[in-house]
Amino acid sequence: MPSFDAIIIGGGTNGLACAARLQKSGRKVLVLESGSAPGGGALGADFAPGYRAPGLAHLVHMLDARVETDMDLARHGLSWAATDLPSTALSATGDHLVMEGAAGERLTGSVSAEERRAWAALRTELMAFADVLAPFKELTPPRLAKGVGNDVWQLGKLGLKTRMMGKDRFREFLRMLLINVHDVLNDELTDPRLKGLLAHDAVLGTWLGPRSPNSLIHLLNRFAGQVAGKRASLAVPAGGMGAVAAAMAASATASGVTIRTGAAVAALIVEGDRTVGVTLASGEDLRAATIISAISPKTTFLKLLGPRHLDTGFVNRIRHMKSRGGAAKLNLALKGRPDFRGADLRSRLVIAPDEHAVELAFNAVKYGEAPDRPVMEILVPSAFEGGHAPDGHHVLSAIVQFAPCGQAVGTDAIRERYRNQTLAVLEQHAPGLADLIVGEELMLPADIEARHGMVGGNWHHGELSVEQMLFLRPVPGIAQYQGPIAGLWLAGAGCHPGGGISGAAGWNAAERIVREVRS
Amino acid sequence: MRAKTAMKPDPRLHFQAPLLETPFHPRTSAANRLNAWVPWGGYSTVLEFEDLAMEHSAIRNAATVYDLCPMVKYRVRGREAAAYLNRLTVRNVAKLQVGSVHYTIWCDDAGKIVDDGTLFRLADDDYRICCQERHLPWLLDSAHGFDVTIEEVTEEIAALSLQGPCSYAVLKAAGFDVETLKPFRIATFPVDGGELMISRTGFTGDLGYELWTSPDRALALWDRLFEAGALYGIRPIGSAALDMARTEAGFIITNLDFIPAHQAVREDRVRSPFDMSLDWMIDWEKGHFNGRRALLAEREKGSEWAFVGLDIEGNVSAEHAIIYHDKKHEVGQITAACWSPTVKRNIALAHVKRPYHAEKSGNLWVEIYAMRELQYVKLMLKARICERPFFKPARRTATPPGLF
Amino acid sequence: MIYDAVIIGAGHNGLVTAAYLARAGLKVMVVEKNDWVGGAAVSRELYPGFTYSNCSYVSSLFRPEIMRDLELPKHGLQILPYEGGAVFTEGDGYLGMHRNHDANRREIARHSPRDAEAYDRYARDVLRHCRFIRPMLLRTAADPASFRPRDMAELAWLGKQMFGLSEMAMYDMIRFWTMSIADFLDEYFENGVVKAYQAVASIIGTALGPMSPGTAYVLLHHAMGDVDGNVGAWGFARGGMGSITKALTASLTAAGGEVRTGSGVAKILVRNGRATGVVLENGDEVHGKRVVSNMDVKRTFLKHVDEAELPGTFLKRVRNFKIRGSSGKLNIALDRAPKFTALPEGSPYMKGDMHFTDSIEKMERAYDDWKAGHFSRDPFQDMMIPTMIDPTMTPPGKHFMSCFIQYAPPKIEGNDWTDQDRDAFAETVLNQIEAHAPGFKSSVLHYEVRTPRELEKEVGLTEGNIFQGELTFDQLLFNRPVPGYAQYRSPIRDLWICGSSTHPGGGVMGAPGRNAASEILRDMAKPSKDMSDAYAVL
Repeated sequence: MPSFDAIIIGGGTNGLACAARLQKSGRKVLVLESGSAPGGGALGADFAPGYRAPGLAHLVHMLDARVETDMDLARHGLSWAATDLPSTALSATGDHLVMEGAAGERLTGSVSAEERRAWAALRTELMAFADVLAPFKELTPPRLAKGVGNDVWQLGKLGLKTRMMGKDRFREFLRMLLINVHDVLNDELTDPRLKGLLAHDAVLGTWLGPRSPNSLIHLLNRFAGQVAGKRASLAVPAGGMGAVAAAMAASATASGVTIRTGAAVAALIVEGDRTVGVTLASGEDLRAATIISAISPKTTFLKLLGPRHLDTGFVNRIRHMKSRGGAAKLNLALKGRPDFRGADLRSRLVIAPDEHAVELAFNAVKYGEAPDRPVMEILVPSAFEGGHAPDGHHVLSAIVQFAPCGQAVGTDAIRERYRNQTLAVLEQHAPGLADLIVGEELMLPADIEARHGMVGGNWHHGELSVEQMLFLRPVPGIAQYQGPIAGLWLAGAGCHPGGGISGAAGWNAAERIVREVRS
Repeated sequence: MRAKTAMKPDPRLHFQAPLLETPFHPRTSAANRLNAWVPWGGYSTVLEFEDLAMEHSAIRNAATVYDLCPMVKYRVRGREAAAYLNRLTVRNVAKLQVGSVHYTIWCDDAGKIVDDGTLFRLADDDYRICCQERHLPWLLDSAHGFDVTIEEVTEEIAALSLQGPCSYAVLKAAGFDVETLKPFRIATFPVDGGELMISRTGFTGDLGYELWTSPDRALALWDRLFEAGALYGIRPIGSAALDMARTEAGFIITNLDFIPAHQAVREDRVRSPFDMSLDWMIDWEKGHFNGRRALLAEREKGSEWAFVGLDIEGNVSAEHAIIYHDKKHEVGQITAACWSPTVKRNIALAHVKRPYHAEKSGNLWVEIYAMRELQYVKLMLKARICERPFFKPARRTATPPGLF
Repeated sequence: MIYDAVIIGAGHNGLVTAAYLARAGLKVMVVEKNDWVGGAAVSRELYPGFTYSNCSYVSSLFRPEIMRDLELPKHGLQILPYEGGAVFTEGDGYLGMHRNHDANRREIARHSPRDAEAYDRYARDVLRHCRFIRPMLLRTAADPASFRPRDMAELAWLGKQMFGLSEMAMYDMIRFWTMSIADFLDEYFENGVVKAYQAVASIIGTALGPMSPGTAYVLLHHAMGDVDGNVGAWGFARGGMGSITKALTASLTAAGGEVRTGSGVAKILVRNGRATGVVLENGDEVHGKRVVSNMDVKRTFLKHVDEAELPGTFLKRVRNFKIRGSSGKLNIALDRAPKFTALPEGSPYMKGDMHFTDSIEKMERAYDDWKAGHFSRDPFQDMMIPTMIDPTMTPPGKHFMSCFIQYAPPKIEGNDWTDQDRDAFAETVLNQIEAHAPGFKSSVLHYEVRTPRELEKEVGLTEGNIFQGELTFDQLLFNRPVPGYAQYRSPIRDLWICGSSTHPGGGVMGAPGRNAASEILRDMAKPSKDMSDAYAVL
């Protein structure tokens, strides 16, 4: 039995990124993945014979640059079926609006010149704000205290950069940082399709409506992301979403990381008030000086470590950490090519007729109910390349918002209703789609929790809301990736800067571990 | 005679009497000649029955009865009750035997004291916490992940404290044989179809017991004690007399001697076990408990405060006075003080900034504003740090206890 | 005659500004469009013998420093703290509130023994947040984009305040400022009724539901006041809320200031980029060396100033200022006290604020109706009967009832309110009360309905927003009313703003008015000897 310096629990993108970075620092790293292959939520799966769904996510838009470059993912098999993917705001009448380039640099479709100007101005401003936020993603969140190891120089630089946006823009930044996206859209724009698309994107993966204060920052966070060297851009990996994780796993393995699949961790081993190892579900004990959890903080502390090794106040914070999933995943196996009234299938298709539709869809889930008309983001991976479905057939992957979360709402009646409402919206935008369906899979947040261990079905292992961001993420006191007990570290999406096929949290955590822990 | 179990009153009508009466109220009100009542924990309680000096004197000379009902009681039961309490409190509960009591404290994450109290082990998996403040949410939240049940049982228990050199004699005369009962041990006696629990505990630093029964047996217990105690000069005492006795004994009271962590509005008012000089209780080896990591760090780094006893020159009580070093720099505050009739010294309990708690040069001073006929007399008196308790009679712990 | 200052609007903030300026020796004229003074702090006899507090209805935020400086008690102001309050629950139950700590605990324990003991810590934490924010109320917010020494110093002061907290307290404060009241309450309480009662203060006057982030701060806005040092307590002004503005007016006139009622302003006169006075609706001109507007920022700049006088970005920010009407009112004269079937005889609950919304979800659903452009089908009510303790407002045995209602949108599905809408709104409210107090409707002698339409028309509050602008972070502190103009000045020289559109916002607080006066006097380099320092919060 070889010994390891570090054991990483969870072989998702963050676990793999963390492993690769640590291994490079000269440590011996073991990654434990409960599933049959590394990848977590990024992993694709066959959901009907011959049809492969892309997993939870179906697009990459914030792959951490350090991960992409330093892990040399291209060399380990990652290539892109499409980059700089346009987004189509679908219209029920076929009058689609398409956003192309970084953060919708160009608009095509019937859009007035005035609206184009308005959008260009707003986009410039939002991109400037996103520029300010972007570097924070690669930073260990600072602590609000003196002499506690903050990277003061780095923070000062970022602060100065923010101030140097210019007086007016800096003022606008401070005004808009916590504003709701609905107001911004209505202050600046008029086109319902554009407003619908942006409102949708702002609340994608959150538990907020466009009218909820603090919602604009999520749009900024999207625009602060990058993939394949391009800011605010979308990309489809060749070979399906699983390819990202596969490349990361290959890179990690190549650098010496050991990955064990089918290895679910049942508990952490604590000796002398430090974590010294893990006990697998099989009963096997594995030991290492550094234990890193890249899975949900709630699971890590409440199940694997257990409250008796923690303080009550801390346990309260973890218990009250919000982790409501608002998105469902629908995969459809289609025997023919879906037609969204002529929309380009080689784009991201969004059904969000206007910002009110997004708000209305959110209304219902506040009460654990299913909305009448959900909004959604659709990708047809089979339109980009073969291998997803039999020839001439297609796979449609949709992230449908909002979906009720919690055990009580996992009932068949709600599932059935949710399915029907979603298909009705789809049918309206792609007449005849229903007749093409030969297989389907619908995952409500409760199903996502069951399959991927994401508490509440939240993709970020905890809501990425302002009160759970940066030094407040996952909860105050452990935002710098260091757990409350010696030897334990966090590296998952539950930490800053959150999830989204990025690897940033894992990489940041590794950077800090390298700094703090002598190998 | 047992009081009849009354119909449970309409719980909505509590507004008619915002302060409850304790189960002993018919007796305490009859004895309360001064009619001096103070609210305590939602109950009307007696400050002074008749004469403070007589009441205090009885604590050290005869036998006294103090109504303890407003103390908040929680019952902790279940398979993991001991593990739960070990995580909650700083002492090692594994060392607490069935039929025993210990004084303990519990802390928040930052290692600041939430409250102090006594922990009774009634049976293997059955404990009772008795404390000053209410903590149900904290106790329930702490139970997350443990197989225990927590109940608030304050109103289910009537409690009396019987203290004084003659307290054993009174119990004996009342028919309760506690001759072999050692300090911090519990004995139970059948009474009138129910049970009386007697613990050799108290808050006076003298020989004494605390008696626990059900509210419907409260008056019968009172009467039995007073009948048996008549020859021994038994008398009820109010909080004022008890406060003097506890100061002599060096005991602290929540919210008088420290502000509990969950109530402090001002962050700097909270105190750690080190600050309160209660760190002797901490069992560092028992495993994790709330605040342990913060307290370990404090042990390394040092604490800001110490809690000390003071002997102040002169005879003017120094309640709430400010303490100075070299008559200039503020280094602490007094939380409790009195002229002690028992030890004939001017004593006080105080928070003192470290390192002045170890001041040996005699350069600590207490500034007292003594109100004398509408004018303050300003005094700057020398204070000496001294050991607590100020009064520690051998009879307190002697077993078998003496018949004084 | 050229006044030193012409103040537009005799609401409480306008009068506060005017009174401070008059006391500093300035010749001051307040012009008011209505035939009475008071703005939204008024007492009006709308039914013979009955005094109505027909807009604002309770007091807590009004700064005690102002009461003392302007000698308001001498001029007749008396604040009466009240007790009681209840939320009625489904099934004829209720949760009451008590000022007495132990009574309050026992009352909550009827609903949840755990929450009964959780209340102290909750109240402690809210008080901690109050203590942090209170010192900011009587200070002009720093402009974080400015490098002027004064702004840098003010920012440093703010930083010092922040770093006076422990690290964890700072995190908790930032969380508190950004989270929803529903989430905040979940961290303390388990019982839905307890949470519903506490959530009340976080939605009043606000176009947000309790599940919206940012509503925890709104709770603070209602909890940071006090009655005689009792932080979080509320009271009535004896004789109705108009007593506050009556006392202010008396104080003003005693200091030599003047008030001209029935004098609506048509236009603010601007010459060579400087405000020089106002033109009244009747064509009269009132000239002044400076003009101070107590109107909300939208009304001031979009209706009374030529667009050409204002920079484009400023205009845009003002246009985009969020001032959404979200509430309405019913003011009712009663022949007798209502009998709420749930309340036991002799209970004190009717002396305080009463509500019928017993869950956060019901509040949120009421908000959903507003978002859809309707008034709430099952609205939230903050109901008061001040005559339970104030004998001056009605004939003996009769009562005045003030019902504050949420949510009511400024427009019904995009259209102006009609009289039918208004009547349907009133009927919904009356029926809600009748359901808990049978026979109530038959005791109604007269009532006045105030939808956002009436509030805008009569009081001048744009869209009927009672705070002259939403209290979300994008419109607080240095962002209020618009970034770069948060120091009571405007792009036009000598045109000042002093209303609730400015920091620290709405409520009958008087702080914006005092802060504006302070800035004006500072600008004139005139020491304000009659302006006491903000009381230290110890």
